[in-house]
Amino acid sequence: MRHRSTLRAVYELLSSMRFAISLLTLLGVASIIGTVVKQNEPYNNYLNQFGPFWFPVFEKLGLYSVYNSFWFLTILGFLVLSTSACILRQTRPMLRDMRGFREHAREASLSSFAHHARFAHGLPAAQAKDAVQAYLLNNGFSTRVNVREDGILLAAKQGSWTRIGYFLAHGAIVLICVGGLLDGNLPLKIQMALGGKQVTTGNQLISRIPDSSRLGVDNWSFRGNVFIPEGKSANTAVLNVQDGILLQDLPFTVSLRKFHLEHYESGMPKRFASDIIITENATGKSVEKTIEVNKPFEFAGVMMYQASFEDGGSRLHLRGHDLRAGGAPRPFATEAVVGEAVALKDAGLDHTLELGSFRAFNIENMAADKPEADTGNFARLEKHLGSGARSPTTKDMQNVGPSIQFKLRDAAGQAREYQNFMQPILQDGAWYLLTGMRDSPSAPFRFMRIPMDDDGRPDSWFAIRRVMLDATRHPEIARRFAATALGADTSPDVRARMQETTARTLELFARGGFESLGKFIESTIPEAERDKAADVFIKILEGSAWEAWKMARADAGLPALVPAAQHSRLLRDTLNATNDSLHYGAPVYFQPVGFDEVRATVLQVTRSPGKPIVYLGSLLLVLGVFAMLYVRERRLFVLIKDTGEALVALSSNRKSMDVEERFRRHRDDLTTLLNPSPRS
Amino acid sequence: MEIAQKESCPLLRRLSPGDWLYALALAGGALFALRQYGGFMDVYDKAILLLTVPGLAAMGFAWKPVRAFLAASTALALVSIALYQGDLARAEQVFFLKYLISSQTAIMWMSALFFIATGAFCLGLAARSDFADATGSALTWCAVTMGTTGLMVRWYESYLIGADVGHIPLSNLYEVFVLFALMTGLLYLYYEGRYATRRMGAFVLLVISAAVAFLLWYTFSREAQEIQPLIPALQSYWMKVHVPANFIGYGAFALAAMVGVADLLVRKGILANRLPPAEVLDDVMYKAIAIGFAFFTIATILGALWAAEAWGTYWQWDPKETWAFIVWLNYATWLHIRLTKGLRGPMLAWWAIAGLVVTAFAFVGVNMFLSGLHSYGSL
Repeated sequence: MRHRSTLRAVYELLSSMRFAISLLTLLGVASIIGTVVKQNEPYNNYLNQFGPFWFPVFEKLGLYSVYNSFWFLTILGFLVLSTSACILRQTRPMLRDMRGFREHAREASLSSFAHHARFAHGLPAAQAKDAVQAYLLNNGFSTRVNVREDGILLAAKQGSWTRIGYFLAHGAIVLICVGGLLDGNLPLKIQMALGGKQVTTGNQLISRIPDSSRLGVDNWSFRGNVFIPEGKSANTAVLNVQDGILLQDLPFTVSLRKFHLEHYESGMPKRFASDIIITENATGKSVEKTIEVNKPFEFAGVMMYQASFEDGGSRLHLRGHDLRAGGAPRPFATEAVVGEAVALKDAGLDHTLELGSFRAFNIENMAADKPEADTGNFARLEKHLGSGARSPTTKDMQNVGPSIQFKLRDAAGQAREYQNFMQPILQDGAWYLLTGMRDSPSAPFRFMRIPMDDDGRPDSWFAIRRVMLDATRHPEIARRFAATALGADTSPDVRARMQETTARTLELFARGGFESLGKFIESTIPEAERDKAADVFIKILEGSAWEAWKMARADAGLPALVPAAQHSRLLRDTLNATNDSLHYGAPVYFQPVGFDEVRATVLQVTRSPGKPIVYLGSLLLVLGVFAMLYVRERRLFVLIKDTGEALVALSSNRKSMDVEERFRRHRDDLTTLLNPSPRS
Repeated sequence: MEIAQKESCPLLRRLSPGDWLYALALAGGALFALRQYGGFMDVYDKAILLLTVPGLAAMGFAWKPVRAFLAASTALALVSIALYQGDLARAEQVFFLKYLISSQTAIMWMSALFFIATGAFCLGLAARSDFADATGSALTWCAVTMGTTGLMVRWYESYLIGADVGHIPLSNLYEVFVLFALMTGLLYLYYEGRYATRRMGAFVLLVISAAVAFLLWYTFSREAQEIQPLIPALQSYWMKVHVPANFIGYGAFALAAMVGVADLLVRKGILANRLPPAEVLDDVMYKAIAIGFAFFTIATILGALWAAEAWGTYWQWDPKETWAFIVWLNYATWLHIRLTKGLRGPMLAWWAIAGLVVTAFAFVGVNMFLSGLHSYGSL
């Protein structure tokens, strides 16, 4: 007996409103946790974020995958239990309530209703009964009549559907939770626990992954990704589980013919689409289809979605320009594939080039940043009037061409990251090849601007730079510069000093660029004269660069240069770029010269058996909520007493102001109805 | 406090010639659109267009001022479109476009009118002036008319930028803030008519003004008003239903919270003789939360259906989804406590106010502080 009563108490608790509300609150709070801690990140990120002490604690608590954690599912489980118990407990009284008319209600209990009124009626009982019955019917009530000793009671009700709403809405919660559980990773966890499946690491060939990490085609609930480069095919999906992967065999093979990537003029993505061919393994039947975002496709019970895209191993043709003093004078050609590392042995290098990514185009805002003139508030408002199409700040979106990003790793394993553009970019009125460098992935790229010469090529810069940084040629540059700068009638003494200064300047510049020159100036020249001295050094460098250029052309057997206005700009840019190149950190500059782009699509493939259940639950939920909130159950009792008095009482399952209003109307209508004014 | 009596006789008998004219205009407009543009519509478009007629007709029959409001905003939008003559540059050249009914200008007017209406309602409350209240009410109608016009014209303008850019203006934080102001304004106007009191205006318009202030900041400092094309994930029919349903929810919750503030004041005896009695405020609060909850439920389900199509799963505990779930839980609990436990009084009002904080976080906070798939409007 005691046992019975404990069970009873548990049932009472489970089905109680207090328990349900506590659960809802708990669920809300638990859900917040998962929005604060980023979910399902690689474990390394968490280790970095929380440190070695807290990382395992939080892992045990399931904070990295809150919504699949044991405790969260337990709360959901209790919600299902509680809702079910509530439904169970309410069913009988609710059905009784729905069916019943309460036509045996006593007068005393009717007059205890919040809304009740008495008035005298002037009709014979039978006639009054008919009139009231007609009135109730007209107003959408169903009525039961009880003729009894104190008179006739008409018990009427409407809107009993609101009770059905209760069952729909609460049953829907159970359905949605159950459906959701089927589609979550619970089935997978069970397979791992009972079927002996284990996760494996992602860095291995698919063919080497053992059967214990593979799920068969008969698996009825999964969610994974398929990676397919253009022209290739795949028949397994990768499931990311905890800190590893599982493989899901698919009942078909998907091959990607082409991946479409379209952009708006502003550079925003416009369309991602995969042209695929699916061949069913069992029948050999194949289908061609284009899958797009928002346009999934179902085949053999598996839904396929356009999830993302990646580079599928694009091949880049690079030209290596040796930047080392005394390095190879001619550029050499090499190739690299995105996602792969190339060992560089050319030109005495011992480096690895790891090509990380390739972008076929880059859209940048090329509008010059002009400081906004202060035009007053009205003008500011006026700029924001008009159509929504126009941007008040001018923009000039342009495609600046392809770029690559790669790491160059030396023999010691040290790597720097580079971003090189393929086409020259117009900046401040001149064209440059841009190459960016950074020491750490979190730092922004610092760009070196390689100036383009009259032929639109970077070659002049490499040639000038080569001569300028070559110590063996400094005396010759100095001699030539002194000769040009001083004229024929200068004394040999002055000329010798000039040559010496020039050679010294070149040596300093070749060693550390403007920085060494600056240090030299600071250490040898009084403060008052430093600006002037710096100007002189710059003039010397520019003149030397000009001489170096002529020498480089002579070396290459090119015709002599005719001085022109644009050359001084080129010389200044050459000096700047040469200075930057001393801090570039790479022995070679890799100029992208061509590419064969290969894209890859990532399709999400799912089997979600719970989906129809969840959808049905959702439909029921909407119906239920509307029925509960907007179908008002009302009971109207009219007791026509033999004493000539009538009693009207109204009850409603919702206490709201319109009940009062509705009651007054019925009371007044019924009073008029039962006291017809004699015809005049 | 009398509730306006409207439902005393069957529907058809209550219809005035104005109602019939309104219904006729709706049907005429729909048929015209079908004839003129039917070639561009698929079966869903046509079905929705035709269902709009009975839908809007029923709304106009039940709530008369909607007829004039719809007529005015439609007329203004059509005039604006006619003035454009298919050329965006005319927004700068034509006076009426530049200073009245191009989308940006109309939204600016909406903002200004909402501010002035707030002032008028506050004055009405302070001076117990029915005239000021009536002015506030009229200005609010003007504001929602201008805002609706602005959104409709914005829709048109987006197609003038390019056929591939055109889309319904419900796609980013800027556009939905306009929608929020409109929805809250319309819901307020409905309850104002239904309960025949204008004194809640000062409170409800305050939250609209706050939204409008944010909108202006967003426009002037972040240039957020520029029409942007849709990224692939947003190119879906579901956007047209998911977003408005959501904002009926958000608008109703915001309204409920502000009425909750008034309710608390009245219960403390502050402004008690100027504001409607606590029972009325309590009733409005319940009605608003009920309608908000119903539409928020629909919106969340529509969102799940959309997510299933775009992201491959109907629910994946993305921060926005999770917060929507928390909002839903919050109001589900509120309704349980009120309806099943029968609780009344200041506790529910406080709760409705707290609900607005949760709702605001789900609406704006998630975009500001959490990252996820719903990052269409960053700040």
